Amino acid sequence: MIPEQVIHEIDSTDLLERTQIMKREGWRLVQICATTLDAFEMSYSFTIDNRFEHFRLKIPLQQPILPSITEIYFGAFAYENELHDLFGISFQGLKLDYAGNFFKTSVKKPFATSMCVIKKGEAGV
Amino acid sequence: MSERTVIPFGPQHPVLPEPIHIDLVVEDEHVKEAIPSFGFIHRGLEKLVEKKDFNEFTYVAERVCGICSYIHGMGYCQAVEKVMNVEIPPRANYLRVFWAELSRAHSHLMWAGLLADAFGFENLFMQCWRIRETLLDVIEETTGGRVIFGSAKIGGVRRDVDNETLKRCAAKVASAAVEFEEIKKVFRDDYSVKSRLCGIGMLSRDNAWELGAVGPTLRGSGISTDTRLEGYAAYRDLSITPIVETACDSYARCMVRLHEISQSLDLIQEVAARTPEGPVFEKPKGYPNGEYFARLEQPRGEVIYYVKGNGTKNLSRFRVRTPTFANIPALLHMLQGCELADVGLIVLTIDPCISCAER
Amino acid sequence: MKPLAMTKLSLRNLFKEPVTVAYPVIPREYFPGTRGRILIEPSTCNLCVICDVRCPTKAIKVDRKGQTWTIDRLSCIQCGACVEACPRKCLTTGNQYSEPMTEKSVLVVPIPFVPPPPKPKPPAKDASDAKDSPV
Repeated sequence: MIPEQVIHEIDSTDLLERTQIMKREGWRLVQICATTLDAFEMSYSFTIDNRFEHFRLKIPLQQPILPSITEIYFGAFAYENELHDLFGISFQGLKLDYAGNFFKTSVKKPFATSMCVIKKGEAGV
Repeated sequence: MSERTVIPFGPQHPVLPEPIHIDLVVEDEHVKEAIPSFGFIHRGLEKLVEKKDFNEFTYVAERVCGICSYIHGMGYCQAVEKVMNVEIPPRANYLRVFWAELSRAHSHLMWAGLLADAFGFENLFMQCWRIRETLLDVIEETTGGRVIFGSAKIGGVRRDVDNETLKRCAAKVASAAVEFEEIKKVFRDDYSVKSRLCGIGMLSRDNAWELGAVGPTLRGSGISTDTRLEGYAAYRDLSITPIVETACDSYARCMVRLHEISQSLDLIQEVAARTPEGPVFEKPKGYPNGEYFARLEQPRGEVIYYVKGNGTKNLSRFRVRTPTFANIPALLHMLQGCELADVGLIVLTIDPCISCAER
Repeated sequence: MKPLAMTKLSLRNLFKEPVTVAYPVIPREYFPGTRGRILIEPSTCNLCVICDVRCPTKAIKVDRKGQTWTIDRLSCIQCGACVEACPRKCLTTGNQYSEPMTEKSVLVVPIPFVPPPPKPKPPAKDASDAKDSPV
């Protein structure tokens, strides 16, 4: 059966500790995602057996900084480099750092401007 | 101390279906490090949600990739339907599974042909693609297009297929399955295939899980996991066993995919016989408001669709995490210590679909 | 491990007829449902502009004043959205793919329908002019 979507709201200071706990229990890192609203909303997804859980944290739009989890899950370097190039989020302690050359785009940080252009109530409902 | 040279692999290479660039640091024909470089097919499709409304975006979602295009459309529709709380009719579910398994079979057959071409066995490459043509004819007859199916729609499917056509297509698929068994024997027994694939590209069981590998890359290392067991669409009525091999090398991954082709061809015949009657479309009401993570099984592994709606006709976020993107760290691990002549083969064993990985 | 596992298959293929079709000489047969290109029946069109609005790539352009319906076949992705949206059912999907062109051009189809002239603006409403308002 399709597992329940469980989303835990956490703070960016708890991120490393909770990721360590997930690694010790044997969870697999599935993806890291960012949404541009009034702040960057990050989602870290993990899975084991038939469970699928997510961490949700918010970081400010100006100077977004997060600790990197590549020490714990090395496979996260691909997601973190992509987020750095498209959103401008900097990760401290990134093990395999492309310094902005992962995706070469003509406009820097193309997704950092708001993704929802049409505000609620103004659309032709 | 021998000298190290850096050899660029790609973006144009006869082995690769899509461009990827890897810098190989080589010492005397052994690869010491591999540094990938992306961005050749980055089209920024995720940003198009701002301009296209959520119904039109189905066309964009289908065209993320050419090989695995139907399951992208199906996954997008499933995620939006869950957000909007639409129950789609059972006949639509069965038709979706019919096309999804056809998509899986044709993708794996194409991969098998490319693998045979990569180690020079062109005769086998042509035979695999000859069987694939039968499947593409079935797809064209039922949906209208060979590569881009165009039948994904929020609320069901766009076209109905009548039962007679389903029976005829099931017969064509059955004859293709019989021909495929002979080709599987060549892959399994032939001396030249085994000497190129056995023992190459080792990925141990613990490394595969920690680096986040998915799909046949994970199943070839002994871990039994398949997202179809969750039971989305009509899979809850079908019994599927994940195909697992324990040898952890390229030969194991190749055999996992070949067994999956036989499994898909059997599933297609089963679904064609069991499709219930009824409507194929249920009109959804209103606009999507909420978020959802949908998980599906593509030919290359587990794919995640994240959809977030805010009550207007444009979604606020659409994110695809494709299986090739998750297999890249495993690829870098496998390339360390291999010989230069095997690099092309190892890149092919993760089934690189770079246009999916970069959107 | 067999050294020549492919021999039986190769010998059989040597004596069978070829699977491929000699294409330019023998024309390809398409299936009835193939989405090849978009065709229009000009006599039934009423220039409602719905197909222009629904086209995801803006390949169709409708000019109400000039009475033309234009399609850029190179931008068309053969999705069929216009065919489903047309209320008069004058658009159909033909099952042959469009031929390659040597230079970029669009197809302009004149439509014989004449759109009605715009209605005159109603005069400013007074309590005594209530019976003059258009129905």
